[in-house]
Amino acid sequence: MINDVKQFNRNGLLEWITQRVTSVVITVYVFFVTYYLLAHPDISYNEWRDLNSLFLMKTLNILTITSIAVHSIIGLWGVITDYITVRLLGPKAKLLNVFFQLGIIIITLIYFLWAITIVWSI
Amino acid sequence: MSKKRPVNLDIGTIHLPVTAYVSILHRVSGVVLFGAVGLFLWILDSSLSSEESFNSIKVFMSTLTVQIIIWLSLAALIYHLVAGLRHLVMDYGYGETLSGGILGAKLVLVLSVILMLMAGFWLWI
Repeated sequence: MINDVKQFNRNGLLEWITQRVTSVVITVYVFFVTYYLLAHPDISYNEWRDLNSLFLMKTLNILTITSIAVHSIIGLWGVITDYITVRLLGPKAKLLNVFFQLGIIIITLIYFLWAITIVWSI
Repeated sequence: MSKKRPVNLDIGTIHLPVTAYVSILHRVSGVVLFGAVGLFLWILDSSLSSEESFNSIKVFMSTLTVQIIIWLSLAALIYHLVAGLRHLVMDYGYGETLSGGILGAKLVLVLSVILMLMAGFWLWI
């Protein structure tokens, strides 16, 4: 257990706890939407729009979008740093690694902005 | 040092335990989900922007090919979620022993297969 604040982000502890917190937010969203859709089979456009215009639902939507963005960047960073390595792919891995990390950040940003405009415009 | 000692472990020749497969699948499903987010967002966008687009996305989602893609995305979500819950449980110190880890891994597989089948029933029946 790390007690020293200075060490807080030297060992992935911040990423570790962020991954847990965001996963709980996403799980709450998935459970709620699954429950809602099961409880309202053949849901109409009006019902669906009204649900998503509620302040609480907008809050959950935005929390979930943010959580997915953060969770994917941390998760895919882990995958990339494990497999796109000099040991596995040779010297070109250094450049590929940067390329993939940037690509993931750009795609995530596009997802994020797109998602925010969807839920904000209701 | 003896030159005969094994210097490289070839992971490809090692028989992996069930916990390893559960872990690898957690990663694979995570990577798949990153792509599926685009599909989910597109469906969410169409379902919310107007009544016409809501109806057209409903028609679009009634074709078999699209339903299979959606089911595969849901399957990745289900697996990733269940395997993630196992991580949270293990963070609290449960299932950290060898036998506990194997049991947890098997539970993840069984539970996610059941939920995937249920998602299939939901989509098609």
